Amino acid sequence: MTKRAALAAFAALGLSVSSAAAGPTIDAVKKRGQLVCGVNPGVAGFGLPDDKGQYTGFDVDFCRAIAAAVFNDPTKVRYVALSAKDRFTALQSGEIDVLSRNTTWTQSREVGQGFLFGAVTYYDGQGFMVRKKLNVGSALELSGASVCVQQGTTTELNLADYFRSHDMKYEPVVFATADEGIKSYDTGRCDAFTSDMSQLYAERTKLGQPDDHVILPEVISKEPLGPVVRQGDDQWFNLVKWTHYAMVTAEELGVTQKNVDDKLKAPNPETKRLLGTEGNFGEGLGLTADWAYRIVKHVGNYGEIFEKNLGEGSRLKIKRGINALWTKNGLQYAPPIR
Amino acid sequence: MDPRAFLRTAPEPTLPPPPGATGFFALWRARLFADATTGVLTVLGLALIVWAAPILFRFLILDAVWTAPDGKACAAPGAGACWAYVWRKFPFFMYGSYPVEHRWRVDVTLLAGAALIVWLLWRGAPRKGLAAFLFFAVYPVAAFFLLRGAEFLGLPVVSTDLWGGVLVTLIMALAGIVFSLPFGVLLALGRRSRLPVVRAFSVGFIEIMRGVPMITVLFMANLMLPLFVPPALSPDRLLRPLVGVALFASAYMAEVIRGGLQAMPKGQFEGAMALGLTYPQRMRLVILPQVLTIVIPGIVNTFIGLFKDTTLVAIVGIFDFLRTVETARLDPEWAGPTIATTGYVFAALFYFVFCFGMSRYSLGVETSLQKGRTR
Amino acid sequence: MATIAGAPPKVRPWNDPFWRGLAYQVALAVVVGVLIVGAILNARANMQARGIPTGFGFWDDPARFDINQTLIPYSATSPNSRVFWVGLLNTLVVAGVGLVFATMLGFALGVARLSRNWLIAKIATVYIEAVRNVPLLVQLLFWYNAVLKPLPNPRQSIALFDLAFLNNRGLFLPAPVPKEGFVALPLALGLGVALAAAFAWWARLRQRETGAQAPVGAVSAALIVGLPVAAHILAGAPLAFDMPQLKGFNFAGGFRLTPELVALTVGLVTYTAAFIAEIVRAGVMSVPKGQHEAAAALGLRAAPIRKLVTMPQAMRVIIPPLINQYLNLTKNSTLAVAIGYPDLFNVFAGTVLNNTGAAVQIMFMTMGVYLAFSLATSAIMNAYNARMALKER
Repeated sequence: MTKRAALAAFAALGLSVSSAAAGPTIDAVKKRGQLVCGVNPGVAGFGLPDDKGQYTGFDVDFCRAIAAAVFNDPTKVRYVALSAKDRFTALQSGEIDVLSRNTTWTQSREVGQGFLFGAVTYYDGQGFMVRKKLNVGSALELSGASVCVQQGTTTELNLADYFRSHDMKYEPVVFATADEGIKSYDTGRCDAFTSDMSQLYAERTKLGQPDDHVILPEVISKEPLGPVVRQGDDQWFNLVKWTHYAMVTAEELGVTQKNVDDKLKAPNPETKRLLGTEGNFGEGLGLTADWAYRIVKHVGNYGEIFEKNLGEGSRLKIKRGINALWTKNGLQYAPPIR
Repeated sequence: MDPRAFLRTAPEPTLPPPPGATGFFALWRARLFADATTGVLTVLGLALIVWAAPILFRFLILDAVWTAPDGKACAAPGAGACWAYVWRKFPFFMYGSYPVEHRWRVDVTLLAGAALIVWLLWRGAPRKGLAAFLFFAVYPVAAFFLLRGAEFLGLPVVSTDLWGGVLVTLIMALAGIVFSLPFGVLLALGRRSRLPVVRAFSVGFIEIMRGVPMITVLFMANLMLPLFVPPALSPDRLLRPLVGVALFASAYMAEVIRGGLQAMPKGQFEGAMALGLTYPQRMRLVILPQVLTIVIPGIVNTFIGLFKDTTLVAIVGIFDFLRTVETARLDPEWAGPTIATTGYVFAALFYFVFCFGMSRYSLGVETSLQKGRTR
Repeated sequence: MATIAGAPPKVRPWNDPFWRGLAYQVALAVVVGVLIVGAILNARANMQARGIPTGFGFWDDPARFDINQTLIPYSATSPNSRVFWVGLLNTLVVAGVGLVFATMLGFALGVARLSRNWLIAKIATVYIEAVRNVPLLVQLLFWYNAVLKPLPNPRQSIALFDLAFLNNRGLFLPAPVPKEGFVALPLALGLGVALAAAFAWWARLRQRETGAQAPVGAVSAALIVGLPVAAHILAGAPLAFDMPQLKGFNFAGGFRLTPELVALTVGLVTYTAAFIAEIVRAGVMSVPKGQHEAAAALGLRAAPIRKLVTMPQAMRVIIPPLINQYLNLTKNSTLAVAIGYPDLFNVFAGTVLNNTGAAVQIMFMTMGVYLAFSLATSAIMNAYNARMALKER
């Protein structure tokens, strides 16, 4: 009898899948009381556990922002550290709600693999790091070099493209994690290490003698990095997208973590709409009206989290560059909230 | 004069062996310099030891850094193994990121497991049946609730993402043995069954599992298990390789047990049948107790293999002991030329102590079983 | 069931072993069938929902990445199918080289462990126990990260007579370059082998008839080595060597073994050799003592006893588990993924899988390849066992 019951259960499982797939993510998150966020296990500035095992970084703050918007509590996040190879299967399988792990927005990842990129949180590009004593001034002088690269990334593919299009030879040495790659570069297995510029700066700080290494000027690819969600849940997609835009808008309007409570009384209609004192723009996202207020209050605006994790407030000292607001000759531009 | 006077009445005293055939020197000469070839080999062997031993001794003990607050001392030129680093990272190696205030739960679980295993393996210990029941039925459930936590017990839940180190290695090995032994028995019986479908299924499962590398099974479990079940039932990240390890080990266990079944004299089956016992009774009361005793060495050897193979879960991203060693190696605080070697030497020692101990145990069992057989 | 008087009493179907067996089997088949069908349905639905490609469209798509060791022409524009073959060949290279060296080292260690020389036996024992009881992955990581990577950079290579260079980019050896007239060398080699075989055959016949022995080993060696050397000199040195030379970042020319290949081969060889040594020891010990004593009584010396009496009988026991170890070595070569050697599992089930997302297809193909290795091994083993079965009178 139990056997038959088990049989029936299995049959039911097999048949019920089509209906079980892709329920509204926000409901699942709320029910769970926790956001599950896929992050990088170890890139300084983006995602890295600190001494106490707490995740910190730019991408991690994005997860905290979502949690702040949903729960009014940025700590209600469970972080799943994912390697470059694992990250997509984890998102596909529904194990994580959002992937915030310096992932490059490409056409095939959206069209072919069934993902959606919420927004570009960081405009990056791929570059090379070499030892100073090699006297290499340009990536075009790297013919014949051994290059350490992380396996299963767009970085690996760009590297192949770049050397092929310039008709240069090289030896790719692939590693499962960026850490292993940089370690191998440091011990001399490779002449050059290639990755996204932001990561190169991050990794350089970890080397024994950071000043012995230079980052070559060439940027060989466009790497727009951003949070990724599964296709098929537009509401969740919008929530992730507008979490970013809210942070950018907040910076644009001069709303910071410190002054956000004062700004509640500001007369500016744009600020009012952002902070929820006018209209209810959170409703369509499945959130409360003060969703953006919560984000800024708990996590900060875009500029703040940039400076804290990557810029002057960090060891990386990355300049805003093209990640400045559009009003300051950068590319960060948020559609209006209205 | 008695004509028989030439006959001895007492035996001639035994002559001492020719000079140079006994004693310390003769023994070692026979052992080391019996003839020219052995002599040359001995000299070569001695040369190897004279060359290698001081290097090892200096690296592991003399030049080793025993205590240091950070990696500076270990990075100094000429420094040997950095035991300070192992000491500092030891909690990480043991528990991974398991919350510090809850680590007693890990200790309790592992000690209980160790006690049960000793009870089970110590031949001559009383009430083995009870031990087996506790180990195979009660212990897994209790360990799960203790490690993972449960609100109704007042233990906060510790997500499996935080588990790591020796804890995960032992969980993998223990789950492997707890699951693979019963399942292996079933598969072995299935393989020897008269029923063609049962036999075909068992043979297919065993041969496929034994035919592919373990890492592919782990990848299957990691990547495809979530695809084969409805999204709502998607298994935990730690559970997936656990399933892979258990299934893989079952196939090898089944072959060991099949060997034992084949070694059973036919009379045992027939005698049990003549008593009118049903198939489950025959197996449970007559055959399996004998089989499981004679295959203990095989089971322990399979377990040694399983224990070594658990290192592969590091490749699919589980923080087992080896992976914690690998991760700790990348810590910029402790960057130094000898860190990698130190980490691997420590890992090798850890695995060696376990595996060598178990293989000695299995040898002991084998010898004493042999005694009973030779009569 | 017939109802003739005196026949056994009618058995209820649920007590009849036949029907009961059938019921069990149907139940098992149904459970397994439902599980499989459920898995397939789930997989299809999940893959559709997540946009994972089904089918084999990826097979002809360009791979777009480079591989640092390719035995057949390959570039980033080659299709994914090419990656499969490149990876398979790299697996076979490591397995092939590995099993030759593992056999040699394993036999040496196995014999050493049984040596009458106490010191040699103990050294072999320590080696075997140490290596067997430490996971292969630990050993591979040790060889790669602790031994090969800290080697000096190319400018400070360890040179062996300016012929071979060892540095953190690998092992560089002179590469043979055939020139005009090269064809004479393989011809000479072939001739040497043929002549040696003919000589051995003649020597055997003669020994059977007259009992006189001929120095087969020495003559064969002379023929097989001597003829090509003579041809080389006569044909005006048609075989040149391309020497590795320091150029730019690295050595150019010559024949290069990457550190990944060296680490994987060394790790697999040292590990498998310990297991082979135990097999050899068990094989030698399985030969009854009487065989050795009888041969000694006939006046044979130690070496001929080993060659003519002990080893031929031991090989019967040694070969089946030995072949099994070869299979294990091939399967263990998948650990290449941990140190970045581009074997089948690493580049195909790793990078290609990651780039295309076609997890199910690629995993089943990869497992199929290893399963095929395993089936081929079983076939060889069965054939060998059938041939070597004791032919008793």
